[in-house]
Amino acid sequence: MGTISLKNISKSFGSTQVLNNLNVDINDGEFLTLVGPSGCGKSTLLRIIAGLEQQTSGDVLIDNKNVNRVRASERDLAMVFQSYALYPHLTVRRNLETPLRLRDYNAFERLPLIGNFSPSKKEKTESINQLVNKTSDTLKISELLDRKPGQLSGGQRQRVALGRAMVREPVAFLMDEPLSNLDAALRVHMRSELSELHNSLKTTFVYVTHDQAEALTMSSRMAVMIDGNLLQLDTPQEVYDNPSSLSVAQFVGSPKINIFKGTSDSSGTVSFLNVNLKRKSSESNTDLHIGIRPEHLEITNESNENTFSGTVAYRENLGSDIFFHINIEDGSNKIIVRGLPQFTHQISNGSSVNIKRVSDKALLFNQAGMRVQFTNA
Amino acid sequence: MEAKQYIGEGWKHAILIIGAIVVMLPFYMMVSMSLKSQQEIQSISGGLIGAQETQTFPVCVKTGYSEETCTMKPYQYNYWFAFEKAPIPRYLMNGVIVTLSIFIIQVLVALPCAYALAKLRFYGREFVFSMVLFCLLIPVHGIALPLYVMLAQAGLVDTYSALILPWTISVFGIFLMRQFFMTVPDELIDAARMDGMGEYAIVWKVMLPTAIPALLAFAIFSVVAHWNDYFWPRMVITGNRDLFTPPLGIREFRGGIDSDEFGPMMASIVTVTVPLIVAFIIAQKRFIEGITLTGMK
Repeated sequence: MGTISLKNISKSFGSTQVLNNLNVDINDGEFLTLVGPSGCGKSTLLRIIAGLEQQTSGDVLIDNKNVNRVRASERDLAMVFQSYALYPHLTVRRNLETPLRLRDYNAFERLPLIGNFSPSKKEKTESINQLVNKTSDTLKISELLDRKPGQLSGGQRQRVALGRAMVREPVAFLMDEPLSNLDAALRVHMRSELSELHNSLKTTFVYVTHDQAEALTMSSRMAVMIDGNLLQLDTPQEVYDNPSSLSVAQFVGSPKINIFKGTSDSSGTVSFLNVNLKRKSSESNTDLHIGIRPEHLEITNESNENTFSGTVAYRENLGSDIFFHINIEDGSNKIIVRGLPQFTHQISNGSSVNIKRVSDKALLFNQAGMRVQFTNA
Repeated sequence: MEAKQYIGEGWKHAILIIGAIVVMLPFYMMVSMSLKSQQEIQSISGGLIGAQETQTFPVCVKTGYSEETCTMKPYQYNYWFAFEKAPIPRYLMNGVIVTLSIFIIQVLVALPCAYALAKLRFYGREFVFSMVLFCLLIPVHGIALPLYVMLAQAGLVDTYSALILPWTISVFGIFLMRQFFMTVPDELIDAARMDGMGEYAIVWKVMLPTAIPALLAFAIFSVVAHWNDYFWPRMVITGNRDLFTPPLGIREFRGGIDSDEFGPMMASIVTVTVPLIVAFIIAQKRFIEGITLTGMK
């Protein structure tokens, strides 16, 4: 089992409030990502779960047991750190053995030399060896066991750090930006490996990242945190399609969502620029933010009441897609539109284009940044 | 490389060589005098090792040995007589006992203190650290008398404890190790905590091994200072020759009824200095190798 519940967690350092009354329930076997811009308190939250930091108020429950007063070492959690934090003076094998030695050997058996006289030590050593070998086979680091961390590449250290977390078979893994020290290609590769590892281990993963792409690709659910508040906790698809607030919508998705200034009239009908959405908002007679993702805008030859025009300022070619950064006519803001290369390759910087939207994809937010729903048709 | 550069390098080396000679000269004199006879020393003749003529040494005879025993080559005589006259092995052993005890206890005290000051958060930490810095400013000689009085009251004068106890808490050691521990990443300590180590285990199993270079630097400082210390042993060891440390032992060769005999005196000094030099050379190699923190990033 590996359920973790956070109840009304708050944390402040002096007068600075870093976490604001958070409630999260993490299910057994789930891959939960805590995602948010740097400084949002996600790492602090992870350290509170781990027991490395004490919350100012609130409760942490692991498997329905309150662990507020339980030390980090006794919570049976394993953590992978951003810098890997391997013991630099020990070989990879000893690095992997360390958590097991501390768990299995008693105080006497840990003594140098004299400890070997304990009758039960031999048996324990054998089981430790087996676990280390099993783990290093799984992670394909068997040939590295006799090296020191200083002699390993970044990716290898990453695996060893994972291995050190895995050997103990903890109730949950906590990962603090484990991929951010790797180069781009390796990072993408490790994402899929981590997902596979999660599938085969079926243990709870709590994963902290500032990279929304990692959150979207790996997690079963993601928790978006901004400024110490939990804004939304849902499956990646749901967070992407149905963000609860403007900040979430802007944080999740790359390139960023386009925000237009719009209004709703007395009947609630929403319009922006010269475009009428022909749908009604639940809030009438007010200014609104209208969010439309780059892939829900299209460059078109038509020019009618459903299109608006602008000038291409910059063309970002990714091969599979081309993103056009476009200054729209009223000059208020710059938007990003996705185009498929086969249709848009002839459009260059400075050309003026018409843009149309894919219907039913706009998201409404009120002035406070909260989501506003459309009323039906 | 151009000729100009050679000249530039040559200048640097010339200056360094002159500096080295100035530093080495007393050692050269010491070794040379420990090998020569008294006449050669006093007439400043005979180069490095002297003529090494077999002769009978009058001071030896005066001390009560037969003329036959006292007839040998100067270098033999100097070292033989040095060991005959004073229990040098005993002094060396005292030196080892005292310096090692001091160093080990200093480490036992300084490492946990440094760890707490560098990595634990507790109320008043900055104040405690400023007190450590303050203590660095107190000269040893300023507190020597009160220390002596306290040891005398406790009845510890003329014991090993008197030689060891006052030096067991080294604020310099605490300061040095604290500065080094500040550079150890917090994540390493957190990882150790997650692995199940207690705070003491972290100090000895994680911090100590990563701090070997700093610890060696401190070891050199501590061992050299206390091996060579003359002032403090002279104060607290008042009569018992069995407790003499090497510098006190050398003093036995100074003047007295049998006049100044430089040969055996220098021989005893060489004997006392050599262990330090050997230890330093061994430590230096480890010092350069060190254990880097490259495993961290």
